[in-house]
Amino acid sequence: MVKVMINELLCKGCGLCVRACPKGVLALSKTKLNAKGYHPAEPVNPEACIGCASCARTCPDVAIRIERE
Amino acid sequence: MSVVFEKTQLLTDKPFHYCPGCNHGIIHRLVAESIDELVKEGKLEAGNVIGVAPVGCSVFAYDYFNCDMFEAAHGRAPAVATGIKRAKPNTLVFTYQGDGEKIVTIFVNNAIYGMTGGQMAPTTLVGQKTTTSPYGRKEEWCGAPIKMSEMLAEVPGAYFIQRCAVNNTPNIIKTKAAIKKAMQYQLEGKGFCMIEVLSTCPTNWGLNPVEAMKWLEENMIPYYPLGVKKDKGADAK
Ligand code: SF4
Ligand code: SF4
Ligand code: SF4
Repeated sequence: MVKVMINELLCKGCGLCVRACPKGVLALSKTKLNAKGYHPAEPVNPEACIGCASCARTCPDVAIRIERE
Repeated sequence: MSVVFEKTQLLTDKPFHYCPGCNHGIIHRLVAESIDELVKEGKLEAGNVIGVAPVGCSVFAYDYFNCDMFEAAHGRAPAVATGIKRAKPNTLVFTYQGDGEKIVTIFVNNAIYGMTGGQMAPTTLVGQKTTTSPYGRKEEWCGAPIKMSEMLAEVPGAYFIQRCAVNNTPNIIKTKAAIKKAMQYQLEGKGFCMIEVLSTCPTNWGLNPVEAMKWLEENMIPYYPLGVKKDKGADAK
């Protein structure tokens, strides 16, 4: 199992991780707003994640951490 | 549990002040990870590195890198860096700057002056609209955009010059390899190395971060071709 953890406080809702993910795992939240006023990215399809780290490599705010269990 | 990806220790915990989607953050991370790996591989003594920050949006870079940093006057980062290198020849010295000697320069090309409000830069593309070229840059008036990497590759003291982009995962990985190679060349006492990284400025381009990446792919990469422009290390082999 791969776990994608997005630090919502750091996320600026830029959407680059959503674009970079080859498996459609991520989306910007439609309901949540963070303290900075952005819609943070969240895993909407977590079981499809293959742990390739494309999302983390493209995140300009280094907000993503990935673990494998 | 194993960690697949985590933030490098060579970046501080301070959140970046950059606009959403600005590529500066990606490039900062690649520089920091390269230093971190060189230390872990035993090629660089921990702490034996000094960075020189520029004036521009990345002026606060000294807050983000977990190593000694120096803030240079506008446009003078390489001049300061050459001084540091002369005084401390065994230290890894890099500059992080916008638009010689045995140092490494990370040149971030986003085709605009971001910090000051989006004016035309020497790297602004023909036809590109900025606050000082509201009808688009005209070649007859302003000349053609400068291709920094090709120009500096002609300088005899230049050892390694490569142009990169961080628009997708393969290119992000290539950019990091180039930055690390440049740092390694410096540690081996070779000449001046520059890695030009094409970068977005969503705010002043008036595009959202994803559109800005596409604009970079469709407009900047064709004019500023990616690749190695000079590598005396490879030529010698
Ligand atoms: S690790 Fe790869 S598959 Fe998983 S969310 Fe990130 S980009 Fe998508
Ligand atoms: S790339 Fe980073 S900052 Fe941008 S939406 Fe994804 S997690 Fe948030
Ligand atoms: S103004 Fe442009 S270059 Fe400066 S932080 Fe914002 S997006 Fe980045």
